[in-house]
Amino acid sequence: MDVQAWTFLIVGLTFLLYIGIAIWARAGSTKEFYVAGGGVHPVANGMATAADWMSAASFISMAGIISFAGYDGSVYLMGWTGGYVLLALLLAPYLRKFGKFTVPDFIGDRYYSNTARTVAVICAIVVSFTYVAGQMRGVGLVFSRFLEVDINTGVYIGTLIVFFYAIMGGMKGITYTQVAQYCVLIFAFMVPAIFISLNMTGNIIPQLGFISEVNDGSGVALLDKLDQLHTDLGFAEYTNGSKSMIDVFAITFALMVGTAGLPHVIVRFFTVPKVKDARISAGWALLFIAILYTTAPAIAAFARTNLIDTMQDKEYTAMPEWFKKWEETGLIAWVDKDGDGAINYAPGAAMEGKPVAQLKDGLPLRGDYGQVMVANAATTTENEVYIDNDIMVLANPEIAGLPNWIIALVAAGGLAAALSTAAGLLLVISTALSRDLMRMQIKPNMSEKEELWWARGGAAMAVIVAAYFGINPPGFVAATVALAFGLAAASFFPAIVLGIFDKRMNRQGAVSGMIVGILLMFGYMAVYKLGWFVDEVPSKDSWWFGISPEGFGTVAMVVNLAVSLVVSRMTPPPPQSVQDIVEDIRIPSGAGEAHDH
Amino acid sequence: MILDQEKLAPENAPTGGPTPEDLAQKKRTAYWKENLSYLVALLAVWFVVSYGCGILFVEQLNNYRIGGAKLGFWFAQQGSIYVFVLLIFVYVYLMNRLDDKYGFGE
Repeated sequence: MDVQAWTFLIVGLTFLLYIGIAIWARAGSTKEFYVAGGGVHPVANGMATAADWMSAASFISMAGIISFAGYDGSVYLMGWTGGYVLLALLLAPYLRKFGKFTVPDFIGDRYYSNTARTVAVICAIVVSFTYVAGQMRGVGLVFSRFLEVDINTGVYIGTLIVFFYAIMGGMKGITYTQVAQYCVLIFAFMVPAIFISLNMTGNIIPQLGFISEVNDGSGVALLDKLDQLHTDLGFAEYTNGSKSMIDVFAITFALMVGTAGLPHVIVRFFTVPKVKDARISAGWALLFIAILYTTAPAIAAFARTNLIDTMQDKEYTAMPEWFKKWEETGLIAWVDKDGDGAINYAPGAAMEGKPVAQLKDGLPLRGDYGQVMVANAATTTENEVYIDNDIMVLANPEIAGLPNWIIALVAAGGLAAALSTAAGLLLVISTALSRDLMRMQIKPNMSEKEELWWARGGAAMAVIVAAYFGINPPGFVAATVALAFGLAAASFFPAIVLGIFDKRMNRQGAVSGMIVGILLMFGYMAVYKLGWFVDEVPSKDSWWFGISPEGFGTVAMVVNLAVSLVVSRMTPPPPQSVQDIVEDIRIPSGAGEAHDH
Repeated sequence: MILDQEKLAPENAPTGGPTPEDLAQKKRTAYWKENLSYLVALLAVWFVVSYGCGILFVEQLNNYRIGGAKLGFWFAQQGSIYVFVLLIFVYVYLMNRLDDKYGFGE
């Protein structure tokens, strides 16, 4: 069977599986809809959390980003895993003991204020929407690349699937589909990695292959070879970074704290039966995530070495088939600047923007050597090739010469990663609407059945809005992930941690801290990333403390902390009943099930 | 809340001495203190392996090697993540022991 047939088969089977699970696990009560009834096994919750967490970007793009960034890519590896330590130690057990359904629940009760609750709802919705748009886009991209349908058609199909199981099953349906999705995605990620590691280093475990010698009898360590290749081509050494230390520090910290503050991750710890389970399921989650996150840098190094070896100074006509195939999709492009027919790879961009093929009678125009001619203006650098980040994972099975069913599996894995994250985020949005807004503020007396309808309606609305963003991605989509982390770091994390560890923290302190934190983060991002309010995006030299917008969440978080502490000490302490809540959540016994008022 | 405290109080509290509420409060405070000391120790390790080994002292550590990789680089892309996973499981072990010690387990 060819790749296309395999892809239809495997993707079709996994979708049937997800829908089957959704029918089996449909939610009958609000408690099942919000927190899966609070009875999920910690290992299952760990897997679901891992699938929830690892998005299309983790699966498809991360290895590629590291591959091009080398040491600088470490910020994502440490940042997106280290946050789980904070989550396990500082948040999960206490929030589980608190025993409500959402993050705004905690903020609203702990700070005895509907203003605080509303601020939290707005943050949760903004953070989740910025994130979910990217996921729907990811679904569309995978469809278009592997099944050769239009990106928008892909978004529609993905929307239908998510619509079905998120609305029917709520958290319960999502949790069990995510368990299945984790299995699909990790298998799809590991199989090509193991084969490539075997090919290049003779070591079956990619993490060990990463620190082994290359398999060509030269006795040179893989990473040394890669450093040498980089130096020869004029790049910085792979294992040395080019970002400033303070910026690496700030970005890593913002990603860690942002991870721990993301509502769709936090809410997962409400689904387990006991405080003890919340602690251990954070451990399982990180273990399952670490399998992918320690493999990704290995894939990055293998793929980078492979790519340079395959391309550098070789004739275009001698390129393998995958090179030409991905050229047609615009993920690879070659401009023969010196007209010698050989590929020259060097630092800097090869052309302006992303490659756009010149068309003739609806077909790409071919150059002298059969290459796709691009319409983009060539730059003055010596570099002749454009390589998209995403190629590293998507093309890996082909580069390693693996069978067609594995290539199809990668497509199913990418879809699993995107769908599981999208569903988790949509649930946060729907819960924010039905519970935090309708039930807690607008219509407190509604029946459970009515609330469940609001929850389903909220999910439906959120899916449709997300699909809209997937089809018409806002111009600032590149900035949004950084923004989502920055906002979570600058708003939720300090408010929750202080709510648990500082009994004296009161409404005035937390609310002012959150508002100042968000505004600061948003303002910095608007000016230094998007160039709003100013004539052009300011250069690196004008960054505050040399910290990029991606790392600015760290500064905004520290400011939030400082403002909260100062304001709370100048205003009256919280009422006794609230101090009792704090005392209570610090002791694990008597957590019981997630309870309503 | 109040129910919880009663549950925690020893069965036969001596009369005249500290009240059961005082004892329960003391127990909670002691539990919380031990919990905080674990947190400080574990977070110190968390900070050292990531920000210390992977970022601040990466150049110094790069003079050493683990297998075919520079040590600092390895910590940034592999080692720190392994330690993170370990840290959570150590934390779970310590806290379960602490819960049992104070009778706060579920």
